[in-house]
Amino acid sequence: MLPGVNLFLENRVADPTGPLKHTPLDALHLSLGAKMVPFAGYSMPVQYPLGVLKEHVHTRTETGLFDVSHMGQGELSGEDVDAALEALVPGDLKSLKPGQIRYTVLLNEDGGILDDLMVTRPAEVGKERTLYLVVNAASKDQDFAHIAAKLKGKAMLVRHEDAALLALQGPSAAKVLAKFIPSAASMGFMTSRVETFEGVPVRLFRSGYTGEDGYEISVPADKSEQVARRLLAEPGVAAIGLGARDSLRLEAGLCLYGSDLDTTTTPVEAGLSWVIGKRRRTEGGFPGADKILKQLSDGAAKTRVGIQPLGKAPARAHTEIQDTNGNKIGEITSGGFGPTVNAPVAMGYVDSKFAAHGTKVNLIVRGQALPAEVAPLPFAPHRYFKAKN
Amino acid sequence: MSVRFTKDHEWIKVDGKIGTVGITQYAQAQLGDIVFVEVPAAGKALKAGGEAAVVESVKAASEVYTPVSGTVKEGNAALPDAPQTVNEDPQGAGWFFKIELSNPGELDGLMDQAAYEKYVEELSH
Repeated sequence: MLPGVNLFLENRVADPTGPLKHTPLDALHLSLGAKMVPFAGYSMPVQYPLGVLKEHVHTRTETGLFDVSHMGQGELSGEDVDAALEALVPGDLKSLKPGQIRYTVLLNEDGGILDDLMVTRPAEVGKERTLYLVVNAASKDQDFAHIAAKLKGKAMLVRHEDAALLALQGPSAAKVLAKFIPSAASMGFMTSRVETFEGVPVRLFRSGYTGEDGYEISVPADKSEQVARRLLAEPGVAAIGLGARDSLRLEAGLCLYGSDLDTTTTPVEAGLSWVIGKRRRTEGGFPGADKILKQLSDGAAKTRVGIQPLGKAPARAHTEIQDTNGNKIGEITSGGFGPTVNAPVAMGYVDSKFAAHGTKVNLIVRGQALPAEVAPLPFAPHRYFKAKN
Repeated sequence: MSVRFTKDHEWIKVDGKIGTVGITQYAQAQLGDIVFVEVPAAGKALKAGGEAAVVESVKAASEVYTPVSGTVKEGNAALPDAPQTVNEDPQGAGWFFKIELSNPGELDGLMDQAAYEKYVEELSH
């Protein structure tokens, strides 16, 4: 028996040979008894003494605090910054209102996904020609180099390496944060604003990666431990590691770049056609537009779907998916145990002929064909904040 | 009757010709919350070091290897429905299978309690 604690992280290391970087909250993690593992070149908490299962359930029932400072933050500015970035992504950025966040993807010339990211138009006066970007940790250096090179002369990129990023996620997150920032509770889902947290300037985003209501909070690195400790001192708030972050996002049907998305997948294949803005479907003008727009009208050969194993055995990433006649029709890209649904859950790509919900398939686990079916995503319903009108 | 250990963190407790096999306290702590267990069926012939059972935590899947050769007498039927038993009582109620030893001499190649404790101690440094 070889405890494979780091197996699910194995391919997420940006530079497995270099020295590990540490987030500004490293000392806090150690003082909380976290188990630290290498992830995307950083030493990150995979779990705290509570353990992945209880951390997962805690986030669904109360509130979890995550350190996601390894992610890349930056500001892109330019006279026509929207048009500039639209040359690299399929999203409609021109329609983005001040204070609005949009999920989008960086594309290569074949329409393959280089990364997924959050683009925000800051709400502050004077930032009308700026977009705030948050990208994945493992790809941030490539992403920012790509953006800076492609948009040279059109927009200027400034990385915010002195900013930490916290995620406060769970049904009581709004109540917790409102104790410090009363206006946070009424922020709409996918909106952003600048506030102060006990005198510390913070950029709030009402967004997350768990399927729950909550916030991502960009905070100056040197104040991040202070803010994190204040939040952790609130009733119902617990520190949550990357292990539960992965199982939470999987149950929520959210993609992990490098597993569910990569340069061999287009937004249409990934079930992310909604990121292609309406105007952009007629205008095109993004990398791989010909291929992607053709897939939009004619359909794609493969499709990302939810996979519900019908037995108890989890099916992990790279598990082969077969039709009931034993032909290979796809592969699991993320899979494991879903603590909220108390059953194994997975997602993967199948030949589009097999993408209908309820389609019976087999998963080849340890040489055995285990029955499963194509299932709707998410496995755990999203509980994002809805503003009352 | 003594307990022996493997470098892969299985334990075996032998009573006459029958050995009971499980994973150690150290192993369950490393794995974290166990959510799935598959135990071998009675009658299955196993060779020492071969794959005998499966244990999965939220994070990862691992194989449990048999410390000795022999024939499976019984898999722990309670585990598939209560895999968390392995976390709660790994060296008691969380046993995986009982095996009838075909070559008891294989036990000599395993660690005793003191040697295993020393081995784990070194792993944590």
